[in-house]
Amino acid sequence: MVENRPFVTAVSHLTLVVGIGIVCLPLWIAFVASTHDVSRMFQSPAPFWPGTHLVENYLAVLRSGIGQSANAPVGTMLINSLIMALVIAIGKISISIVSAYAIVYFRFPFRMGFFWIIFVTLMLPVEVRIMPTYEVVAGLGMIDTYAGLTIPLIASATATFLFRQFFLTVPDELAEAARIDGAGPLRFFRDILLPLSKTNIAALFVIQFIYGWNQYLWPLLVSTKESYYTVVMGISRMVNVVDAAPTWNLVMATAVLGLVPPVIVVLVMQRWFVKGLVESEK
Amino acid sequence: MIKRATFRGVALPYALLLPQIAITLIFFFWPAGEALFQAVHVQDALGLKTRFVWFENFERVFSDGYYLASLRITAVFTLASCLLAMGFALLLAVMADRVIRGAGAYKTLLIWPYAVAPALAGVLWGFMFNPTIGVVAHALDAVGIKWNYYVDGDQALFLVTIAAAWKYVSYSFIFFLAGLQSIPRSVIEAAAIDGAGPTKRFWTIVFPLLSPTTFFLLVLNLVHLFFESFGIVHALTQGGPGRATEILVFRVWSDGYRGQDYGGSAAQSVVLMAIVIALTVIQFRYVERKVHY
Repeated sequence: MVENRPFVTAVSHLTLVVGIGIVCLPLWIAFVASTHDVSRMFQSPAPFWPGTHLVENYLAVLRSGIGQSANAPVGTMLINSLIMALVIAIGKISISIVSAYAIVYFRFPFRMGFFWIIFVTLMLPVEVRIMPTYEVVAGLGMIDTYAGLTIPLIASATATFLFRQFFLTVPDELAEAARIDGAGPLRFFRDILLPLSKTNIAALFVIQFIYGWNQYLWPLLVSTKESYYTVVMGISRMVNVVDAAPTWNLVMATAVLGLVPPVIVVLVMQRWFVKGLVESEK
Repeated sequence: MIKRATFRGVALPYALLLPQIAITLIFFFWPAGEALFQAVHVQDALGLKTRFVWFENFERVFSDGYYLASLRITAVFTLASCLLAMGFALLLAVMADRVIRGAGAYKTLLIWPYAVAPALAGVLWGFMFNPTIGVVAHALDAVGIKWNYYVDGDQALFLVTIAAAWKYVSYSFIFFLAGLQSIPRSVIEAAAIDGAGPTKRFWTIVFPLLSPTTFFLLVLNLVHLFFESFGIVHALTQGGPGRATEILVFRVWSDGYRGQDYGGSAAQSVVLMAIVIALTVIQFRYVERKVHY
């Protein structure tokens, strides 16, 4: 702080508290609703203070979904989401780090050609080319498989771009020294480059885990069987129940379960995540 | 672009590139090619024959009044939620940069919505604004506003906009805070010694120095809102009531998947690709400029 102005400081704190109140309100309302029984959900307005049915509601959705229109248990959905998020995060990081390594540290024919093949995908998300991608995946028989859920989303250049930028900042002397000491390319990669990339890998893991967990449109198309539902797409099936008012207490319990894992990942790895986000996008 | 010290070998770099290139070709270039192909063809009713029709699909798309309305809705929605999110984020970032006590806790409590899926953001806001039991809807009723976003298109668009803005506040907040913290303290202190108060300092020093961050965030937020909002719209309004919230990405999906109009959907995909490529070029030119700065 530059000067001591108690009034301005107080206003700052007040603004932040109000801001946080607004930001956190939707989560609070959802959490509160998930602690009441269903009869309370028919009285308007929805409750503002927690009730007593927390454990009961959460166990119910985990074991058997919300019981309407044959939904999968949320436990299954959470496992599917976890598989999807982990495969996408780990898959993306692995294929990008090796391809960035090839592009930065090797001279070979058509290097720039490959570079452009990868980087042209940089900002073209799956939503844009959704129908043709769906048809390709359907043609390959990958509907209702974990491979179909994950592999098409691994094809993106953001991670490769980040690793390339990072490798370019690694001093040339390291590679020279490694070569003089007789280390081959794989040895150099494993013993020098990989340990240096740890922070970047951690940051990317957070970003890609969230990306994978939060996928919505893709699983909506690819998962037609309930056993392949992910929690984020499964919940929209619960909200859009046509014949009856949704059982909001159970829907909100599912929503809380669906957002807590990625939020925990962000909060636990906050330091790497913020660093990675700011660096990877700049 | 390349290191001074490189390794020799031809087979190894190809092997290292193989997984990414294979996935990119199969799941990116093939579908993109398919989209281009379908965009200039029409299928007969049985889906057996396709006919080359030049730009008929594009003409059909652009002469559709609903598509033009969808363009307008998308523009209103992305711009409004982008400005809302960035304005709110900047305000909070400036305040968080000022305070010393509790700064860490404030930051943590403000960044978590980044992790919430757009579809879940839609569900949470839909519940608060639910016309029958929503807390906020009830409060609005109490002050005399008839709230029912199921039937009122403007209200539905408003709700989708603030739900999206909420989701992107934390993203902008992180960047603004990083930008603010990289402004040299000495500049601010010099201005303070010369007698400039906090407001004056903000508009004459801090805000201009933040402009690279602001511009960068504007482009990125627009791109994110453009594409990731499918989940918000699908979970909240399904494009309704009466197409009032039918943004472009939603239409690509609903024409292709529900309407089975592959040619029209593909033509729209091509239009979207052109928009993103334009935004990417803007972004890159800007990034290049900053690198040589």
